[in-house]
Amino acid sequence: MLDVRGVTVRFGDRMVLDEADLDVERGEIVALLGPSGAGKSTLLRVIAGLLAPDAGTVRLDGHDVTDVPAHRRRIGFMFQSEQLFPHLDVARNIGFGLRMQRLGKDDIAHRVDALLDTVGLQGFGGRRVGNLSGGEAKRVALARALAPEPAVLLLDEPLTGLDRELHDRLAIDLAAVLRATGTTAVLVTHDRDEATAIAHRVTTLRPTTLRPTSDCPTSDCPTSDCPTSD
Amino acid sequence: MDTDRAALTRLPRWTVPTLVAVPAAGLAVFYLWPLATLLGRVLSASALLDTFRAPGIGQVLWFTLWQAIVSTAITMVVGFVPAYVLARYRFRGRRTALAIVTVPFMLPTVVVGAAFLALLPKGWHGTALAVISAHVFFNVAVMVRLVGAMWAVLPTDLTAAARTLGASPARLLRHVVLPLLRPALFAAGSVVFLFTFTSFGVVRLLGGTTHPTVEVEIVRRATQLGDIDGAAVLSVAQLIVLGGVVWWSARWQRRASVHFSAGPTTRRARTTRERRWLVASLSLTIALLLAPVAFLVARSLQLGDGWSLQAWRTLGRGEVRPGISLGADPFASMFMSLRFALVATSISVVAGGLAAAAISTARRHGRLLDAGLMLPLGTSAVTIGLGMLITFDRAPFDWRAQWWLIPLGHALVATPFVVRSALPVLRSISPDQRAAAITLGASPLRAWWEVEIRRMRRPLAAGAGFAAAISMGEFGATTFLTRSGRETMPIAIDRLLTRAGAIPRAQAFALAAILLVVTAAIIMVAEVGEVGDA
Repeated sequence: MLDVRGVTVRFGDRMVLDEADLDVERGEIVALLGPSGAGKSTLLRVIAGLLAPDAGTVRLDGHDVTDVPAHRRRIGFMFQSEQLFPHLDVARNIGFGLRMQRLGKDDIAHRVDALLDTVGLQGFGGRRVGNLSGGEAKRVALARALAPEPAVLLLDEPLTGLDRELHDRLAIDLAAVLRATGTTAVLVTHDRDEATAIAHRVTTLRPTTLRPTSDCPTSDCPTSDCPTSD
Repeated sequence: MDTDRAALTRLPRWTVPTLVAVPAAGLAVFYLWPLATLLGRVLSASALLDTFRAPGIGQVLWFTLWQAIVSTAITMVVGFVPAYVLARYRFRGRRTALAIVTVPFMLPTVVVGAAFLALLPKGWHGTALAVISAHVFFNVAVMVRLVGAMWAVLPTDLTAAARTLGASPARLLRHVVLPLLRPALFAAGSVVFLFTFTSFGVVRLLGGTTHPTVEVEIVRRATQLGDIDGAAVLSVAQLIVLGGVVWWSARWQRRASVHFSAGPTTRRARTTRERRWLVASLSLTIALLLAPVAFLVARSLQLGDGWSLQAWRTLGRGEVRPGISLGADPFASMFMSLRFALVATSISVVAGGLAAAAISTARRHGRLLDAGLMLPLGTSAVTIGLGMLITFDRAPFDWRAQWWLIPLGHALVATPFVVRSALPVLRSISPDQRAAAITLGASPLRAWWEVEIRRMRRPLAAGAGFAAAISMGEFGATTFLTRSGRETMPIAIDRLLTRAGAIPRAQAFALAAILLVVTAAIIMVAEVGEVGDA
């Protein structure tokens, strides 16, 4: 389904990704683990089309989409910092992708209601996004990313920055929603427990050899005590 | 506990009233009183209806309105791309580019008018097109500064989110970027409208007699027709329109405001196409902004068909040929301008510094003084000059002929700039810093002095720069207050331009070029000082 081959990204003379590969089957949820600075987020941005790689290809259902602009790729993205649109209410945030597909008003309303149900936020449609709690904002962001039914959903540290209890509850809910909707997903995280709780399969991205070593050991460092500055 | 601490660190009761006294008294005597006189004149004027029935007045009002609307619209379109590029991209020379784009806004109106006279072909002089193009040149900075400031904090991931949800670049702009920028767009639009609606120097030079605006008409009535009542009526009517626009835009901005978490969002251009686009759009903007300046200098070196230094050489003399005087001495006007700028700057720095200290210390009551000091900015300079002229005409306040009334008028307009550059610095100082100084043995007054007042030096220096530039270029109020033999540079430029002959014209361009270089240099230095402090 998703086939990433030899993706290389350099920022100036700093090598961020060196020939990274990734395969994801339809309906599969893959967790991408790796120490801080291994280029996990960068890889997601390349897959989504938000960043052009210096080399390598991204294939979706056998088609090369490396040069397809982000808005035509049908790849969803859930940002660590939600990035809800502050000028729109909850319902219009979730319906944004559907409006971009020029769906009818009624269809959008139905679908938004269904999604609010799915993420457990019935009746939140008219709320301003500025007044949401941290957990609520995450749920809205998830619903918004799922709304246009992306071929693949990319989640960039979606649960970072929450307290332990909320984190664990949301991890369970997130896993349930992704499975129930049959979404193909790639989850970036530095937390092995979170990865195993949500994903079918866990794979590790190693830091590139040319990169200066960070304060983490260069070997496998999948624990949560690594800083996550990327 | 908390109240105890506040009481122990509180400044003596007399601090704020002492600070407020000078700026408040100055504002009352030299702004509020003239304004009240102007209002009184209108209320007692039987001329109220006559003014609006006078032939041609409808045309003046209509031209004032439509040229302001068209100028605003074009400015917003032209300024959009440079605002984006300068807010979102990081590249070498970015600060220089930003300065080049910003400086025109602070340039003297007469210099801009003269520069466009130099740039545009003769057939354009006295047309609406000339007025509008000069207005756009002036105000692109407003777009770049106000809209750019908001664009610079718009998180890149927010636009990335819209892209992954299927928004094409065009729809991204329409559905996400423009709605989020709306408050800034609106603020920029109202500022540009206000400036172009009350524009005087540019219209006087470029609109000629065929395209007067309300401002030009006020001056014509007061100085040429002796119709003070009519001028007062127009001033007050204009003031009411301005007040309405300010009130409406403030209300609208409050309603449209949105909040988002800001982050650093500038980046380097990555692809060749991006880089080409960036260079092309910026060079075009900068070329458009530098062209009038280049032509101004070139025309000062041209006499007839050839190049000549004669205009520059004769600048020091009041007469072109023995016995033939120009009526305006360019060289003397420079010293006059410098002298006035020095006085106006001193007044502004003292009054503005005291006001800023008072406003930040008094907190709630300070807001009243803050708003009061901003009023002269929202009043057209012509109105300020006219008000002063008709107020200070009776003993013991017959100050019309006093030289110091001119720098005082300048200071009225310049003081808000001093306050604006000092206040952010004062407000950024944590109250705990003063508490810390007190625990180290400083008295409350001493702590306030050490922690807050001493830090005002840099912003006050920057404010002094802006004040000097404003005074050097002030034209509207000076028109009313100037006396023969006391011409400032802008007045001399205006006089020289209305004189027949190639030499006075070339001299006007030369004088404008000098004024341009001086003010631009002062602004750049002040700008760097202010930025360097942040």
